[in-house]
Amino acid sequence: MAKRKVVLNFPPHLIDQPITYRLVAEQGLKVNILRARITPKEWGNMVVEMNGDKARVEAGLRFLADLGVEVEPLAEEVRWQEERCIHCTACLAPCPTQALYVDRASMTVGFDGEKCIACELCLNVCPYGAMEIAVEK
Amino acid sequence: MREKGVKQAAATVDVVTTGTFAPMCSSGAYFNVGHALPRMKMGGGRVTLNEVPAYAGFAAVDILMGATAIPDDDPRNKVFPGKFAYGGAHVIEDLVAGKDVRLTASAYGTDCYPRKTLDTWIRLADLNEAVLFNMRNAYQNYNVAVNLSERVIYTYMGVLQPRMRNANYCTAGQLSPLLNDPYYRTLGVGTRIFLGGGEGFVVGHGTQHNPGVRRSEKGLPQVPAGTLAVTGDLKKMNPRWLRGASFTGYGVTLTLGLGIPIPILDEETLEFAAVSDAEITAPVVDYSEAYPHGRAEILGEVTVAQLMSGEITVNGKKVITAGLSSYARAREVALILKSWIEAGTFLLTEPVAPLPSADSGYRFKPLPERPWERLQEAV
Repeated sequence: MAKRKVVLNFPPHLIDQPITYRLVAEQGLKVNILRARITPKEWGNMVVEMNGDKARVEAGLRFLADLGVEVEPLAEEVRWQEERCIHCTACLAPCPTQALYVDRASMTVGFDGEKCIACELCLNVCPYGAMEIAVEK
Repeated sequence: MREKGVKQAAATVDVVTTGTFAPMCSSGAYFNVGHALPRMKMGGGRVTLNEVPAYAGFAAVDILMGATAIPDDDPRNKVFPGKFAYGGAHVIEDLVAGKDVRLTASAYGTDCYPRKTLDTWIRLADLNEAVLFNMRNAYQNYNVAVNLSERVIYTYMGVLQPRMRNANYCTAGQLSPLLNDPYYRTLGVGTRIFLGGGEGFVVGHGTQHNPGVRRSEKGLPQVPAGTLAVTGDLKKMNPRWLRGASFTGYGVTLTLGLGIPIPILDEETLEFAAVSDAEITAPVVDYSEAYPHGRAEILGEVTVAQLMSGEITVNGKKVITAGLSSYARAREVALILKSWIEAGTFLLTEPVAPLPSADSGYRFKPLPERPWERLQEAV
Protein backbone atom coordinates (compact mmCIF):
# COMPACT_ATOMS: atom_id res chain seq x y z
CA MET A 1 0.00 0.00 0.00
CA ALA A 2 1.20 3.50 -0.82
CA LYS A 3 0.16 6.75 0.74
CA ARG A 4 0.98 10.02 -0.98
CA LYS A 5 0.22 13.60 0.08
CA VAL A 6 0.12 15.80 -3.00
CA VAL A 7 -1.09 19.22 -4.13
CA LEU A 8 -3.37 19.15 -7.17
CA ASN A 9 -3.53 22.36 -9.19
CA PHE A 10 -6.57 22.53 -11.45
CA PRO A 11 -6.55 24.79 -14.51
CA PRO A 12 -9.74 26.89 -14.74
CA HIS A 13 -11.32 24.72 -17.48
CA LEU A 14 -11.21 21.65 -15.22
CA ILE A 15 -12.77 22.96 -12.06
CA ASP A 16 -16.28 21.88 -13.01
CA GLN A 17 -15.16 18.31 -13.65
CA PRO A 18 -15.78 15.58 -11.05
CA ILE A 19 -12.14 14.60 -10.94
CA THR A 20 -12.04 13.41 -7.35
CA TYR A 21 -15.01 11.16 -8.10
CA ARG A 22 -13.15 9.67 -11.07
CA LEU A 23 -10.04 9.10 -8.94
CA VAL A 24 -12.17 7.11 -6.54
CA ALA A 25 -14.54 5.34 -8.92
CA GLU A 26 -12.32 4.74 -11.93
CA GLN A 27 -8.87 4.59 -10.40
CA GLY A 28 -9.92 2.76 -7.26
CA LEU A 29 -8.07 5.06 -4.90
CA LYS A 30 -8.99 6.12 -1.41
CA VAL A 31 -8.81 9.91 -1.60
CA ASN A 32 -8.77 12.03 1.52
CA ILE A 33 -9.22 15.75 0.81
CA LEU A 34 -7.19 17.69 3.34
CA ARG A 35 -7.65 21.17 1.94
CA ALA A 36 -9.35 22.60 -1.12
CA ARG A 37 -9.78 26.00 -2.71
CA ILE A 38 -11.90 26.14 -5.84
CA THR A 39 -13.02 29.47 -7.29
CA PRO A 40 -14.81 29.83 -10.66
CA LYS A 41 -12.56 30.89 -13.56
CA GLU A 42 -9.38 30.60 -11.46
CA TRP A 43 -6.83 27.90 -10.81
CA GLY A 44 -8.09 25.71 -8.04
CA ASN A 45 -5.94 23.73 -5.69
CA MET A 46 -6.50 20.82 -3.44
CA VAL A 47 -4.29 18.97 -0.98
CA VAL A 48 -5.14 15.29 -0.95
CA GLU A 49 -3.84 12.12 0.55
CA MET A 50 -4.09 9.20 -1.87
CA ASN A 51 -4.17 5.65 -0.57
CA GLY A 52 -3.95 2.51 -2.63
CA ASP A 53 -1.43 -0.05 -3.83
CA LYS A 54 1.61 1.46 -5.42
CA ALA A 55 0.65 0.73 -9.02
CA ARG A 56 -2.80 2.26 -8.57
CA VAL A 57 -1.39 5.42 -7.00
CA GLU A 58 1.06 5.75 -9.91
CA ALA A 59 -1.77 5.17 -12.41
CA GLY A 60 -3.92 7.74 -10.60
CA LEU A 61 -1.15 10.32 -10.83
CA ARG A 62 -0.77 9.60 -14.58
CA PHE A 63 -4.53 9.94 -15.02
CA LEU A 64 -4.41 13.37 -13.39
CA ALA A 65 -1.44 14.50 -15.47
CA ASP A 66 -3.16 13.38 -18.69
CA LEU A 67 -6.21 15.47 -17.79
CA GLY A 68 -4.02 18.54 -17.32
CA VAL A 69 -4.03 18.64 -13.53
CA GLU A 70 -0.63 19.74 -12.25
CA VAL A 71 0.52 17.48 -9.47
CA GLU A 72 3.14 18.63 -6.97
CA PRO A 73 4.45 16.97 -3.86
CA LEU A 74 3.19 18.71 -0.69
CA ALA A 75 5.94 21.28 -0.43
CA GLU A 76 4.92 22.83 2.82
CA GLU A 77 5.44 21.19 6.09
CA VAL A 78 4.52 22.63 9.46
CA ARG A 79 7.14 21.95 12.07
CA TRP A 80 6.85 22.07 15.82
CA GLN A 81 9.97 23.51 17.42
CA GLU A 82 9.77 21.69 20.70
CA GLU A 83 12.45 23.77 22.38
CA ARG A 84 10.41 26.94 21.77
CA CYS A 85 7.14 25.40 23.03
CA ILE A 86 6.09 26.26 26.59
CA HIS A 87 3.19 23.76 26.62
CA CYS A 88 0.50 26.39 27.15
CA THR A 89 -1.99 24.53 24.85
CA ALA A 90 -3.11 27.70 23.00
CA CYS A 91 -2.58 25.86 19.68
CA LEU A 92 -5.03 23.06 20.45
CA ALA A 93 -8.23 24.97 19.69
CA PRO A 94 -7.53 25.91 16.05
CA CYS A 95 -5.95 22.58 15.01
CA PRO A 96 -8.60 20.81 12.89
CA THR A 97 -7.00 17.36 12.89
CA GLN A 98 -5.62 17.09 16.43
CA ALA A 99 -2.11 16.92 15.00
CA LEU A 100 -1.37 19.17 17.97
CA TYR A 101 -2.48 17.35 21.08
CA VAL A 102 -2.01 17.41 24.83
CA ASP A 103 -1.31 14.64 27.25
CA ARG A 104 -3.83 15.55 29.95
CA ALA A 105 -1.88 13.86 32.76
CA SER A 106 1.29 15.88 32.25
CA MET A 107 -0.41 18.76 30.37
CA THR A 108 2.41 18.65 27.82
CA VAL A 109 1.78 19.38 24.16
CA GLY A 110 2.86 17.07 21.36
CA PHE A 111 2.74 17.18 17.56
CA ASP A 112 1.91 14.36 15.16
CA GLY A 113 3.18 15.44 11.74
CA GLU A 114 1.31 12.58 10.06
CA LYS A 115 -2.00 14.16 11.02
CA CYS A 116 -0.97 17.70 10.01
CA ILE A 117 -2.62 19.02 6.86
CA ALA A 118 -0.51 22.20 6.74
CA CYS A 119 -3.55 24.46 7.19
CA GLU A 120 -1.25 26.85 9.07
CA LEU A 121 -3.95 27.94 11.54
CA CYS A 122 -1.57 27.29 14.43
CA LEU A 123 1.06 29.68 13.10
CA ASN A 124 -0.45 32.94 14.30
CA VAL A 125 -1.85 31.41 17.47
CA CYS A 126 1.49 30.39 19.01
CA PRO A 127 2.98 33.41 20.83
CA TYR A 128 6.41 31.77 20.97
CA GLY A 129 7.05 31.06 17.29
CA ALA A 130 7.12 27.34 18.03
CA MET A 131 5.15 26.50 14.87
CA GLU A 132 7.12 27.06 11.70
CA ILE A 133 6.44 26.47 8.07
CA ALA A 134 9.20 24.69 6.23
CA VAL A 135 9.19 24.67 2.44
CA GLU A 136 10.84 21.66 0.85
CA LYS A 137 12.52 22.38 -2.45
CA MET B 1 -4.08 15.77 53.39
CA ARG B 2 -7.22 14.09 52.14
CA GLU B 3 -5.88 10.77 53.40
CA LYS B 4 -4.36 11.91 56.66
CA GLY B 5 -6.76 14.63 57.68
CA VAL B 6 -5.89 18.26 58.25
CA LYS B 7 -4.43 17.94 61.72
CA GLN B 8 -1.92 15.21 60.96
CA ALA B 9 -1.03 16.69 57.58
CA ALA B 10 -0.42 20.15 59.08
CA ALA B 11 1.97 18.56 61.55
CA THR B 12 3.98 16.87 58.80
CA VAL B 13 3.89 19.41 55.92
CA ASP B 14 6.17 22.41 56.46
CA VAL B 15 5.87 24.18 53.13
CA VAL B 16 3.68 24.00 50.04
CA THR B 17 5.37 25.33 46.92
CA THR B 18 3.38 26.97 44.13
CA GLY B 19 4.19 28.05 40.61
CA THR B 20 2.96 29.70 37.46
CA PHE B 21 4.38 30.30 33.98
CA ALA B 22 2.20 32.68 32.03
CA PRO B 23 2.08 35.94 30.07
CA MET B 24 2.36 38.92 32.45
CA CYS B 25 2.24 42.25 30.63
CA SER B 26 3.03 44.65 33.47
CA SER B 27 6.62 43.47 33.64
CA GLY B 28 9.80 45.31 32.84
CA ALA B 29 13.44 45.67 33.70
CA TYR B 30 15.69 48.57 34.59
CA PHE B 31 19.36 48.81 33.77
CA ASN B 32 22.33 50.92 34.64
CA VAL B 33 24.43 50.66 31.50
CA GLY B 34 27.53 52.46 32.84
CA HIS B 35 29.03 55.71 31.62
CA ALA B 36 30.44 56.13 28.13
CA LEU B 37 33.32 58.53 27.51
CA PRO B 38 32.86 61.38 27.23
CA ARG B 39 29.87 61.17 29.54
CA MET B 40 26.37 61.27 28.16
CA LYS B 41 23.08 62.16 29.85
CA MET B 42 20.57 59.72 28.41
CA GLY B 43 18.05 60.99 30.93
CA GLY B 44 15.58 63.14 29.02
CA GLY B 45 16.95 61.80 25.73
CA ARG B 46 15.91 58.88 23.54
CA VAL B 47 17.16 55.34 24.07
CA THR B 48 16.49 52.10 22.21
CA LEU B 49 17.54 48.49 22.80
CA ASN B 50 17.45 46.44 19.58
CA GLU B 51 15.36 49.33 18.21
CA VAL B 52 12.74 48.95 20.95
CA PRO B 53 12.30 52.27 22.80
CA ALA B 54 13.30 52.27 26.46
CA TYR B 55 12.23 54.86 29.02
CA ALA B 56 15.02 57.24 29.93
CA GLY B 57 13.39 59.74 32.27
CA PHE B 58 15.89 59.10 35.06
CA ALA B 59 19.51 59.99 35.82
CA ALA B 60 22.27 59.84 33.19
CA VAL B 61 22.50 56.11 32.44
CA ASP B 62 19.51 54.43 34.10
CA ILE B 63 16.96 53.09 31.63
CA LEU B 64 13.76 51.07 31.86
CA MET B 65 12.46 48.58 29.31
CA GLY B 66 8.81 47.61 29.47
CA ALA B 67 7.68 44.18 28.28
CA THR B 68 5.13 45.50 25.79
CA ALA B 69 7.30 48.18 24.13
CA ILE B 70 7.67 47.77 20.35
CA PRO B 71 9.96 49.38 17.75
CA ASP B 72 8.79 52.73 16.36
CA ASP B 73 8.74 51.22 12.86
CA ASP B 74 6.76 48.10 13.80
CA PRO B 75 3.69 48.16 11.52
CA ARG B 76 1.49 47.42 14.56
CA ASN B 77 -2.08 46.66 13.45
CA LYS B 78 -1.87 48.67 10.22
CA VAL B 79 -1.99 45.38 8.36
CA PHE B 80 -4.44 43.56 10.57
CA PRO B 81 -3.74 41.42 12.47
CA GLY B 82 -0.21 42.57 13.26
CA LYS B 83 2.47 40.04 14.15
CA PHE B 84 4.34 41.98 16.86
CA ALA B 85 7.35 39.78 16.29
CA TYR B 86 9.79 41.58 18.59
CA GLY B 87 9.44 43.88 21.58
CA GLY B 88 10.61 44.75 25.07
CA ALA B 89 10.01 41.27 26.45
CA HIS B 90 12.18 39.79 23.70
CA VAL B 91 14.94 42.29 24.57
CA ILE B 92 14.78 41.12 28.19
CA GLU B 93 14.85 37.46 27.06
CA ASP B 94 17.82 38.11 24.75
CA LEU B 95 19.78 39.89 27.49
CA VAL B 96 19.14 37.08 29.97
CA ALA B 97 20.21 34.58 27.30
CA GLY B 98 23.57 36.40 27.20
CA LYS B 99 23.05 37.79 23.69
CA ASP B 100 24.47 41.07 22.47
CA VAL B 101 21.85 43.80 22.30
CA ARG B 102 22.24 47.07 20.39
CA LEU B 103 21.92 50.21 22.49
CA THR B 104 21.33 53.51 20.73
CA ALA B 105 20.92 56.82 22.52
CA SER B 106 20.57 60.44 21.59
CA ALA B 107 20.71 63.33 24.04
CA TYR B 108 20.79 67.10 24.08
CA GLY B 109 24.23 67.42 25.71
CA THR B 110 25.20 69.45 28.76
CA ASP B 111 28.44 70.90 30.11
CA CYS B 112 28.95 67.91 32.38
CA TYR B 113 27.52 65.34 29.91
CA PRO B 114 28.66 66.60 26.48
CA ARG B 115 28.13 63.45 24.40
CA LYS B 116 25.06 63.48 22.17
CA THR B 117 24.92 60.13 20.40
CA LEU B 118 25.80 56.53 21.15
CA ASP B 119 25.40 53.29 19.19
CA THR B 120 26.97 50.25 20.82
CA TRP B 121 26.52 46.58 21.65
CA ILE B 122 25.81 45.77 25.29
CA ARG B 123 25.37 42.52 27.16
CA LEU B 124 23.95 41.59 30.52
CA ALA B 125 27.27 40.71 32.15
CA ASP B 126 28.67 44.20 31.45
CA LEU B 127 25.74 46.13 32.94
CA ASN B 128 26.06 47.47 36.47
CA GLU B 129 22.53 46.61 37.50
CA ALA B 130 19.90 44.68 35.58
CA VAL B 131 16.76 44.25 37.62
CA LEU B 132 13.40 42.78 36.71
CA PHE B 133 10.72 45.00 38.23
CA ASN B 134 7.13 44.03 37.59
CA MET B 135 4.27 46.18 38.81
CA ARG B 136 1.64 43.49 38.33
CA ASN B 137 2.18 39.72 38.22
CA ALA B 138 0.54 36.54 39.48
CA TYR B 139 -3.10 37.55 39.06
CA GLN B 140 -5.25 35.69 41.55
CA ASN B 141 -7.73 33.98 39.21
CA TYR B 142 -8.49 35.13 35.69
CA ASN B 143 -11.24 35.39 33.10
CA VAL B 144 -12.04 32.70 30.55
CA ALA B 145 -12.27 34.52 27.22
CA VAL B 146 -14.81 33.78 24.49
CA ASN B 147 -16.03 35.66 21.42
CA LEU B 148 -19.77 36.01 20.82
CA SER B 149 -19.36 38.11 17.66
CA GLU B 150 -19.43 37.00 14.04
CA ARG B 151 -15.76 37.66 13.30
CA VAL B 152 -12.42 36.35 14.58
CA ILE B 153 -10.99 38.62 17.28
CA TYR B 154 -7.35 38.95 18.32
CA THR B 155 -6.92 39.60 22.02
CA TYR B 156 -4.42 39.32 24.85
CA MET B 157 -6.29 36.09 25.58
CA GLY B 158 -5.29 34.78 22.17
CA VAL B 159 -7.20 34.31 18.92
CA LEU B 160 -10.90 33.86 19.65
CA GLN B 161 -13.08 32.25 17.02
CA PRO B 162 -16.56 33.66 16.31
CA ARG B 163 -19.78 32.37 17.86
CA MET B 164 -17.91 31.02 20.87
CA ARG B 165 -16.03 28.30 19.00
CA ASN B 166 -13.21 28.34 21.55
CA ALA B 167 -12.57 29.47 25.13
CA ASN B 168 -9.12 30.52 26.31
CA TYR B 169 -8.12 30.52 29.96
CA CYS B 170 -5.06 31.66 31.84
CA THR B 171 -4.47 30.22 35.28
CA ALA B 172 -2.18 27.72 36.94
CA GLY B 173 -5.22 26.62 38.96
CA GLN B 174 -4.33 24.68 42.09
CA LEU B 175 -0.64 25.49 41.53
CA SER B 176 -1.27 29.25 41.33
CA PRO B 177 0.51 31.19 44.10
CA LEU B 178 -2.30 33.47 45.26
CA LEU B 179 -4.97 30.75 45.05
CA ASN B 180 -3.02 28.75 47.62
CA ASP B 181 -3.08 31.59 50.13
CA PRO B 182 -6.26 33.39 49.12
CA TYR B 183 -6.23 35.93 51.98
CA TYR B 184 -2.44 36.57 51.75
CA ARG B 185 -1.85 35.34 55.29
CA THR B 186 1.68 34.02 54.75
CA LEU B 187 3.07 36.33 52.08
CA GLY B 188 3.60 40.06 51.85
CA VAL B 189 6.23 42.75 51.41
CA GLY B 190 9.67 41.16 51.33
CA THR B 191 8.62 37.54 50.70
CA ARG B 192 11.38 35.66 48.88
CA ILE B 193 10.11 33.96 45.71
CA PHE B 194 11.13 32.05 42.56
CA LEU B 195 11.27 34.64 39.77
CA GLY B 196 12.41 34.00 36.22
CA GLY B 197 14.49 31.01 37.25
CA GLY B 198 16.27 33.02 39.94
CA GLU B 199 15.44 34.53 43.27
CA GLY B 200 13.11 37.48 43.64
CA PHE B 201 11.07 39.28 46.23
CA VAL B 202 7.55 40.55 46.64
CA VAL B 203 7.62 44.36 46.59
CA GLY B 204 4.00 44.71 47.67
CA HIS B 205 0.55 44.34 46.22
CA GLY B 206 0.51 44.77 42.46
CA THR B 207 -1.40 47.34 40.44
CA GLN B 208 -5.13 46.65 40.07
CA HIS B 209 -5.01 44.66 43.33
CA ASN B 210 -8.65 43.98 44.13
CA PRO B 211 -8.96 41.76 47.18
CA GLY B 212 -12.57 42.62 48.05
CA VAL B 213 -14.22 40.67 45.21
CA ARG B 214 -16.79 37.95 45.85
CA ARG B 215 -15.31 34.72 47.12
CA SER B 216 -16.38 31.13 47.56
CA GLU B 217 -17.04 29.59 50.98
CA LYS B 218 -13.40 28.54 51.00
CA GLY B 219 -12.26 32.10 50.35
CA LEU B 220 -11.35 31.62 46.71
CA PRO B 221 -11.98 34.74 44.62
CA GLN B 222 -14.44 34.00 41.82
CA VAL B 223 -13.16 36.76 39.54
CA PRO B 224 -9.69 38.30 39.09
CA ALA B 225 -8.58 39.62 42.50
CA GLY B 226 -5.17 40.05 44.14
CA THR B 227 -1.95 40.84 42.29
CA LEU B 228 1.72 41.17 43.23
CA ALA B 229 4.50 43.62 42.44
CA VAL B 230 7.78 41.71 42.36
CA THR B 231 11.45 42.31 41.70
CA GLY B 232 14.63 40.28 41.22
CA ASP B 233 18.18 40.35 39.88
CA LEU B 234 18.00 39.66 36.14
CA LYS B 235 21.61 38.49 36.13
CA LYS B 236 20.63 35.44 38.16
CA MET B 237 17.68 34.52 35.94
CA ASN B 238 17.38 32.01 33.12
CA PRO B 239 15.82 32.50 29.66
CA ARG B 240 13.85 29.28 30.13
CA TRP B 241 11.73 31.23 32.62
CA LEU B 242 11.52 34.61 30.83
CA ARG B 243 10.11 34.42 27.33
CA GLY B 244 9.06 37.12 24.92
CA ALA B 245 5.60 36.38 23.56
CA SER B 246 3.91 37.76 20.42
CA PHE B 247 0.13 37.83 20.48
CA THR B 248 -1.16 38.23 16.93
CA GLY B 249 -3.19 41.41 16.53
CA TYR B 250 -2.53 42.40 20.15
CA GLY B 251 1.12 42.94 20.97
CA VAL B 252 4.15 41.76 22.88
CA THR B 253 4.25 40.48 26.44
CA LEU B 254 6.56 38.63 28.80
CA THR B 255 5.84 35.06 29.81
CA LEU B 256 7.33 34.59 33.21
CA GLY B 257 7.90 31.84 35.74
CA LEU B 258 6.99 32.79 39.29
CA GLY B 259 6.65 30.60 42.37
CA ILE B 260 5.95 31.27 46.01
CA PRO B 261 6.49 29.02 49.01
CA ILE B 262 3.58 28.89 51.42
CA PRO B 263 4.80 28.05 54.94
CA ILE B 264 2.25 25.88 56.74
CA LEU B 265 1.78 27.90 59.92
CA ASP B 266 -1.39 26.18 61.09
CA GLU B 267 -4.21 23.92 59.98
CA GLU B 268 -5.97 26.79 58.24
CA THR B 269 -3.03 27.66 55.99
CA LEU B 270 -2.81 24.01 54.99
CA GLU B 271 -6.51 23.84 54.24
CA PHE B 272 -6.15 26.87 51.96
CA ALA B 273 -3.01 25.44 50.31
CA ALA B 274 -4.77 22.12 49.64
CA VAL B 275 -6.99 23.87 47.07
CA SER B 276 -7.93 21.73 44.07
CA ASP B 277 -8.75 22.54 40.44
CA ALA B 278 -12.32 21.35 40.97
CA GLU B 279 -12.87 24.06 43.61
CA ILE B 280 -11.53 27.00 41.63
CA THR B 281 -14.07 28.71 39.42
CA ALA B 282 -13.37 31.30 36.73
CA PRO B 283 -15.83 33.63 35.00
CA VAL B 284 -16.52 33.25 31.27
CA VAL B 285 -16.38 36.69 29.64
CA ASP B 286 -17.19 37.83 26.10
CA TYR B 287 -14.16 39.66 24.70
CA SER B 288 -15.99 41.02 21.65
CA GLU B 289 -18.38 43.31 23.58
CA ALA B 290 -18.54 42.98 27.37
CA TYR B 291 -14.80 43.21 28.04
CA PRO B 292 -13.90 46.08 25.67
CA HIS B 293 -16.83 48.12 26.99
CA GLY B 294 -16.07 47.35 30.61
CA ARG B 295 -19.38 45.67 31.33
CA ALA B 296 -19.30 43.26 34.25
CA GLU B 297 -21.29 40.60 32.41
CA ILE B 298 -20.46 36.98 32.97
CA LEU B 299 -21.70 34.23 30.67
CA GLY B 300 -21.15 31.55 33.27
CA GLU B 301 -18.68 30.06 35.67
CA VAL B 302 -16.53 27.02 35.07
CA THR B 303 -14.01 25.19 37.20
CA VAL B 304 -10.33 24.91 36.36
CA ALA B 305 -10.78 21.12 36.27
CA GLN B 306 -13.39 21.56 33.53
CA LEU B 307 -11.15 23.99 31.63
CA MET B 308 -8.30 21.52 31.77
CA SER B 309 -10.46 18.68 30.47
CA GLY B 310 -10.47 20.41 27.06
CA GLU B 311 -14.15 21.25 26.92
CA ILE B 312 -16.60 23.37 28.89
CA THR B 313 -20.30 24.04 28.54
CA VAL B 314 -21.41 27.68 28.33
CA ASN B 315 -25.12 28.47 28.04
CA GLY B 316 -25.75 24.89 26.92
CA LYS B 317 -23.10 25.02 24.20
CA LYS B 318 -20.00 22.84 24.28
CA VAL B 319 -16.86 24.91 23.75
CA ILE B 320 -13.31 23.63 23.37
CA THR B 321 -10.74 25.17 25.70
CA ALA B 322 -7.11 26.12 25.35
CA GLY B 323 -4.73 27.54 27.92
CA LEU B 324 -2.31 30.45 27.84
CA SER B 325 -0.65 29.59 31.15
CA SER B 326 1.55 26.49 31.03
CA TYR B 327 0.41 24.00 33.65
CA ALA B 328 3.33 21.69 32.86
CA ARG B 329 5.85 24.46 33.42
CA ALA B 330 3.99 25.76 36.50
CA ARG B 331 4.43 22.33 38.02
CA GLU B 332 8.13 22.50 37.16
CA VAL B 333 8.45 25.88 38.96
CA ALA B 334 6.87 24.42 42.10
CA LEU B 335 9.21 21.40 41.93
CA ILE B 336 12.33 23.53 41.43
CA LEU B 337 11.33 25.72 44.35
CA LYS B 338 10.79 22.60 46.44
CA SER B 339 14.27 21.30 45.54
CA TRP B 340 15.85 24.65 46.45
CA ILE B 341 14.13 24.66 49.83
CA GLU B 342 15.14 21.05 50.51
CA ALA B 343 18.74 21.83 49.52
CA GLY B 344 18.78 24.77 51.91
CA THR B 345 19.72 27.25 49.16
CA PHE B 346 16.40 29.08 49.36
CA LEU B 347 15.31 30.37 52.74
CA LEU B 348 11.74 31.18 53.62
CA THR B 349 10.96 34.68 54.82
CA GLU B 350 8.47 36.33 57.10
CA PRO B 351 6.78 39.26 55.37
CA VAL B 352 7.84 42.74 56.49
CA ALA B 353 4.32 44.10 55.96
CA PRO B 354 1.03 42.47 54.92
CA LEU B 355 -0.82 42.98 51.65
CA PRO B 356 -4.29 44.56 51.72
CA SER B 357 -6.67 41.63 52.11
CA ALA B 358 -10.38 41.00 51.57
CA ASP B 359 -11.46 43.09 54.56
CA SER B 360 -9.21 46.09 53.80
CA GLY B 361 -11.66 47.99 51.63
CA TYR B 362 -8.87 48.34 49.05
CA ARG B 363 -10.29 48.17 45.55
CA PHE B 364 -9.60 48.54 41.83
CA LYS B 365 -11.41 51.51 40.32
CA PRO B 366 -12.12 52.56 36.73
CA LEU B 367 -10.84 55.89 35.41
CA PRO B 368 -13.20 58.75 36.32
CA GLU B 369 -12.88 60.45 32.96
CA ARG B 370 -13.20 64.25 33.00
CA PRO B 371 -12.77 65.39 29.39
CA TRP B 372 -10.32 68.21 28.97
CA GLU B 373 -11.77 71.38 27.49
CA ARG B 374 -9.93 74.49 26.48
CA LEU B 375 -11.22 77.58 28.26
CA GLN B 376 -12.31 80.00 25.59
CA GLU B 377 -11.39 83.52 26.47
CA ALA B 378 -14.17 85.95 25.75
CA VAL B 379 -13.10 88.34 23.05
